[in-house]
Amino acid sequence: MTDVYPDGQGTSSLRFDSQARSTTATPPVVERPRNEGDETSRPDVRDDAHGVVTVERVELSAELAGGEGRAATADVAEYALWLGDDALILSQQLGAWIARAPELEEDVALANIALDLLGHARSFLRYAGSYDDRTEDDLAYWREESEFRCAWLFQQPNGDFAQTIARQLAASVYLFELYTALQSSSDETLAAIAAKAVKEVEYHRDHAVQWTLRLAGGTDESRRRMIRAVGDVWPYVGELFRDEPLIDRLADVAVRPSALRPAFDAVIAAVFAEAELELPTAPMSSAGGRHGSHFPTLGYLIAEMQVLARQHPGATW
Amino acid sequence: MTTSGASPRETWPLWEVFVRAGRGLSHVHAGSLHAPDADFALRNARDVYTRRSEGTSIWVVPADAITTSDPDSKGAFFESPAGKNYRHARYYTASEGVPHL
Repeated sequence: MTDVYPDGQGTSSLRFDSQARSTTATPPVVERPRNEGDETSRPDVRDDAHGVVTVERVELSAELAGGEGRAATADVAEYALWLGDDALILSQQLGAWIARAPELEEDVALANIALDLLGHARSFLRYAGSYDDRTEDDLAYWREESEFRCAWLFQQPNGDFAQTIARQLAASVYLFELYTALQSSSDETLAAIAAKAVKEVEYHRDHAVQWTLRLAGGTDESRRRMIRAVGDVWPYVGELFRDEPLIDRLADVAVRPSALRPAFDAVIAAVFAEAELELPTAPMSSAGGRHGSHFPTLGYLIAEMQVLARQHPGATW
Repeated sequence: MTTSGASPRETWPLWEVFVRAGRGLSHVHAGSLHAPDADFALRNARDVYTRRSEGTSIWVVPADAITTSDPDSKGAFFESPAGKNYRHARYYTASEGVPHL
C-alpha cells in the first residue's frame, strides 16, 4: 500500500492491515511484531500515521491433507500405508542429496521435492495409523524393515545424479497418473490427499523431464550416464503396475495399478523420443515390496531414518 | 562468464530474478541464481524465491544482459537534482480560484 502525500514528496508508508485480512476460524495464526514492546500504546506514536507498523499475519494452512478422518477398514489402512511408504522412502532418499547436488540451486530443488513427498507421506501414514490408533511417527520410526510396504523403485539407490533423475522420472510420472485417478476415489480422505499431492507431483514430473532431456542431450558423458541410469532403474517399474489382491478387495477406493500403465507408457514414450533414449528391454524384477520383501538398500536407509527417534524415544524440539 | 562477481569456476551462467507478488504490482528484483538455461532458471527461481507463496509471476534475465550505472560516477549521475526544487510539485503554490489543482 503506497500513500503519495499531497505535498508531492512521494512519502510512502508500508502498512499491513491485519484486520483487513480474512480471519476465518481454523488455521493457527502466527504474529511476529516488528516494533518494540508497547510502542503502539504510546499516544504520540499511535496518532502518527507513520509511526505504527503492524505486521502481516501469516495464516498457516493445515500441515496435513485429508482432514481427521479414520480409515474405515484394515484394507483401506493397508492401501494408505503402501502409498505413504512410497512417498516416505523417496523423500528420505532425496534428502541425502542436500549439500551434495551438482549446484546449490539443485540442492534446493531436490529438497523442495523431498519436502513435498514428506507431506504426502505424513498425510497417508496418519490416515493408515488412524485405523488402529498409531501415529504417523509410530509408523515411520517404529516399524521393522519387513513391515514396510514401499515398492522397489523407491528403494533404488540415489547413485549418480542421472540415476536419481531416472528414478524421479519413473516415480513422478507414475505418481502423477496415480494421484490424478485417486482424486475420484470413493474414500474422501484418499481423494483429498491426492488432490493436494497431484499439483506438487506435476512439478516433480516437470523437473525430472527437464533434466532427462538435458542429460540425454548434453555431453557424451551425461548421455552415457543417463542411458546407464535408465537401464538400472527400469526393471523396477513393472512392480508399480502389478494388481495385488488388496486392490480387488478395495474396489473403487483404490486405483487399479494396471489401469495406469497406458498413460505412463505414453508420457515416457514422448519424453524418450525427444531425449532420443531407447526403452530398456530388461525383464521386470520379481520385486515384492507390497509384501514386505525388500531391496537390500532399504534396511540401511530405514536404520538411518529411525536412529534418532529410537535413541531418544519421544524426544521433541 | 564475464559477470562481475562471478567465480572463474562457475560453469552455469548467472540469472537475475524478478518476482511479481500479486495482481497490479510490478515485478521486483528478488535476487540471482545460477542455471544452465532460461527454462531451468525459471524453475530454480520458483524453488528458491517463491517457497512461501511470494509470487504469481517470475521473470529471469541473464545477468549479462543488464547494463548498470557506474558506481564511481554517482555524483554526475545522481546528485544533480539537488537544489532543483522546481522539479517537485510542492515548489508550486496553487493559485486562488483555480479548481482541480
